[in-house]
Amino acid sequence: MRALTRKLSREILRTRGQGIAIAALVACAVATFVGAVTTWRALQRTRDVLYETHRFPHVFAELVRAPEALASRLAALPGVAAVETRVMTEALVDIPGLPDPASALLRSVPDEGEPRLDRLHLREGRSVSPGAADEVVMSEGFAKANRIRPGDRISAVIDGRWKVLRVVGVGGSPEHVFTVRPGGILNDDLHYGVLWMSRRALAAALDLTGAFNAVGVRLAPGAREEPVIAGIDRMLAPWGGRGAYGRDLQTSHRLVTDEIGQMKVMATTIPVVILGVAAFLLALVLSRLVATQRMQVGTLKALGYGDGAVGGHYAAMALVLVAAGTAVGVAGGYWLGSSLSGMYARYYRFPAILYEAEPAVGLAAAILAAAVALVAVAGAVRRAVRLAPAEAMRPEAPPTFHPSWLERAGLGRLLSPAGRMVLRDLGRRPTRAALSALGIGAAVACTMVAAFTRDASSTLVDHEFGRVAREDLAVHFTQALHAGAARELRSLPGVWDVEPFRAIPASVESGHRRHRIAVLGLDPGGRLHRVVDARRGGVEIPPAGVVVSRRLAGKLQVGPGDPIRLVFQDGARRSAEVPVVALVDDLVGLQVVMDREALNRIAGDGSLVSGAYLAIEPGASGDVGKLLRRMPRVGGVALADATRSSVERMMEDSLLWFTGILTLFAVLISVGVVYNGARMALAERERELATLRVIGFTVGESWRIAVGELAVQVVAGLPVGWLAGWGFVELTVWATSSDLMRLPAVVTLANAGRATAVVVVAAVVVALWSRRWLSRLDLVSVLKAKE
Amino acid sequence: MPATSPAFEAVGITKVYRMGEVEVHALRGVSLRIWDGEFVVILGPSGSGKSTLLNVLGGLDAPSAGVVRYRDHDLARADDRALTAYRREHVGFVFQFYNLVPSLTARENVALAAEIATDPLPAEEALGRVGLSERLDHFPSQLSGGEQQRVAIARAIAKRPDVLLCDEPTGALDAATGRSVLEVLDRVNRELGTTVAVITHNASIGGMADRVVRMADGRIAAEIRNERRVSAGEISW
Ligand SMILES: Nc1ncnc2c1ncn2[C@@H]1O[C@H](COP(=O)(O)OP(=O)(O)OP(=O)(O)O)[C@@H](O)[C@H]1O
Ligand SMILES: [Mg+2]
Repeated sequence: MRALTRKLSREILRTRGQGIAIAALVACAVATFVGAVTTWRALQRTRDVLYETHRFPHVFAELVRAPEALASRLAALPGVAAVETRVMTEALVDIPGLPDPASALLRSVPDEGEPRLDRLHLREGRSVSPGAADEVVMSEGFAKANRIRPGDRISAVIDGRWKVLRVVGVGGSPEHVFTVRPGGILNDDLHYGVLWMSRRALAAALDLTGAFNAVGVRLAPGAREEPVIAGIDRMLAPWGGRGAYGRDLQTSHRLVTDEIGQMKVMATTIPVVILGVAAFLLALVLSRLVATQRMQVGTLKALGYGDGAVGGHYAAMALVLVAAGTAVGVAGGYWLGSSLSGMYARYYRFPAILYEAEPAVGLAAAILAAAVALVAVAGAVRRAVRLAPAEAMRPEAPPTFHPSWLERAGLGRLLSPAGRMVLRDLGRRPTRAALSALGIGAAVACTMVAAFTRDASSTLVDHEFGRVAREDLAVHFTQALHAGAARELRSLPGVWDVEPFRAIPASVESGHRRHRIAVLGLDPGGRLHRVVDARRGGVEIPPAGVVVSRRLAGKLQVGPGDPIRLVFQDGARRSAEVPVVALVDDLVGLQVVMDREALNRIAGDGSLVSGAYLAIEPGASGDVGKLLRRMPRVGGVALADATRSSVERMMEDSLLWFTGILTLFAVLISVGVVYNGARMALAERERELATLRVIGFTVGESWRIAVGELAVQVVAGLPVGWLAGWGFVELTVWATSSDLMRLPAVVTLANAGRATAVVVVAAVVVALWSRRWLSRLDLVSVLKAKE
Repeated sequence: MPATSPAFEAVGITKVYRMGEVEVHALRGVSLRIWDGEFVVILGPSGSGKSTLLNVLGGLDAPSAGVVRYRDHDLARADDRALTAYRREHVGFVFQFYNLVPSLTARENVALAAEIATDPLPAEEALGRVGLSERLDHFPSQLSGGEQQRVAIARAIAKRPDVLLCDEPTGALDAATGRSVLEVLDRVNRELGTTVAVITHNASIGGMADRVVRMADGRIAAEIRNERRVSAGEISW
């Protein structure tokens, strides 16, 4: 057995180039798997632990105003375990050193003891003192972006009154792991955040003493959400309830959860593709080894080595390569996972990401890789085991060749003998050639997906900020105001254009299906803020009826012409049936949009506006912001440019490694496939190539024949790759689209071209490299050996 | 028969293979002239340096020291590119193992060589000269050993080489088949005027040659000029 082990190690050493290629691919697959799995498990663990320890509510509701006494009745609802009432509002804030207007969500912290629900975790400083009217805890992202530390002062316009506030702590809570404006999805940490304040002080400022305007509810274990939501809605309706909702509509929760879901998709798809290519190469290398070692197998058996020893010998070779790749991959995967977690920590504000290099995940990856390897080499090992010694000692019958079908079709005359060699070799091993082409295809597809994510993200940003939200500022009033408020905005110096909007929280219903959303009323012909279909462009706001996101229409199972019911949860709380006029393929969030006047008519509370989109003079945002702070009913201001660059920065950050890694994988796959192909071609053709050299073919001429087959495989693999890439893109779009965001399936010619270039360049480099092997070929010794 | 200047001229060539500490002297000072149109047979015990000499003459290998010239080609100092060009223009090789390309038919194997020559014999004619006109479109796996060797010869002569170097061309063949191969070589030498050098272990083949070179221990031990060349059919095996 010791001699056999030595044979094993020599052979691994001899084929080390191929071995390294295979091990590298296994390492990539394992690293992606381990990295993605440990990351999603870390995120999930972190989220779940935070939700439990800091008591993340299950159901949320906002309302106009209800007496505190209602809280105990809410708590008595069946299925409710805990209730905490709150006071909150949106407010404009002034941060030293920040010229543009910022806004914040002001939330109450109970004055007696710790919050029962949605507890704060502090990064710095302390919590607010009970009743302190000038103390706030600032959300971490907001504080970091503005370099605010405990002790710094900011000011806010609370209910029309200017107030100086002292930041005493920096922290977060489960409801604000990811901070976005109410109703928004895209974040801008520089201009928006959360401020926690004493309940008593905030209530006094908002004239809500002894009352509340928001509530969080935790369910009893096993309790169902729907009856509780229905119960809360019933109870809050007389108090201006805007409709309770569960975690599925809580934006921070949705973003964190969608991210975990996407990690899961990545943990499965990418390793499968790469491992598949590695398995193919492994099968190839081992089949060839067994074929060339027929005689050795026969000799070993004649010496008395059993089937197990022979089979084990070859299987061990595969396992050694896989083990090497797995070891590197597991280590790389843990590193990848912890750096991914570090990246997430910049956007998802958890107390700390509980990353663990879980040994079980590495072990699972190792077992998976070993299993795939064994399946891949099973055929070759079986062939070695099945060889009868006597038969094995005879050289394999010479291969039989036939004119290929291309030649039979009469095209043969166009080909030189060298061309025919290439063609017939391909014809003799069509499966291998097809698998090689598939490998190249996988590399192209990988690169395309990488480029797609980048392209799609920037298309999404361009769409959202270049075509939909073209305003400079979006101003939200703390409550619906008369249309005159919009005219007032128009009169501010520096404001060029104003487009008012109305937004009313509503339950949109069709049959028993319903969805809670703010129905948006826009004026027709608007130029600042529009409804735009990603494919067909701008959509007219119809005089009656609604335009609905295609995704939402799918959820409600309605199409154009179908009626839907709008049950408003604000103002006069009317309900109305309206026809769906058009569906829109939008990319961010869900929307139900109608004519503002038509919306006001059916809502029945007069010609009101909830806010307005503003176009302002370039550079005037600071001055306009100052003027807005003097308007008592302005609750929030969103800056399109700032949000855009914040979103772009975040995408850049997360896509950088993603595209980088995918491109690296693609290069590795193409190098692996072409390198192995070249090695194989050279090994199998050594004799032919030596003969050609002796006849007088130059190194270049014989090299062209050797790589001709590879060239055909690469060329055949490209269209396969384009198709597969397109398929992967559609799959990615499907797997990643959510209510919050949908990547557009953009596959540009440039994308496919770049992917092709990456793979072709990798292939050409390896092919050129293989020329060296040919020039080193020892003609005499090759030809001296018996066939 | 000897012309004024020889086709090949080797003076004091040595060939040393270094394998770690050990030096193997394959050639220990060989001087040899071969004239155009000559048929030379090289005999000698195994390991005496026959193949090494032939490979040096054919531009497959360079000597460690000494001078080898083919006409105006300095084979001892030529680089790989020059040696390739030399082989391409002037030399045809035939080996013990036929080294045909299995994926090409007889005709195509010959065409492979014809393709890179300036004034080749048509593949059909080359195969006709080795008596294989009937087997043009057969793949090597469909031919016997002798037939495969004749295809290899046809491939070697298709370039109309000036010299044909054969290393044990009949080594793997039985008597009758071997004779037919030798007949072909003889005919190529007589009809096309190609210089032929044949390595063999069969001393009686020496009878076919103009000259027999005997090698021993990396040196030329003897050179014998034949008064009369016997035909291949008369050779005992
Ligand atoms: N590549 C090599 N490396 C080391 N030694 C070599 C090499 N090629 C040949 N030799 C040695 O050189 C000597 C001459 O070899 P060569 O092949 O020329 O002999 P030969 O006369 O052709 O023998 P045979 O009749 O067995 O073919 C031998 O001792 C051989 O071992
Ligand atoms: Mg020899």
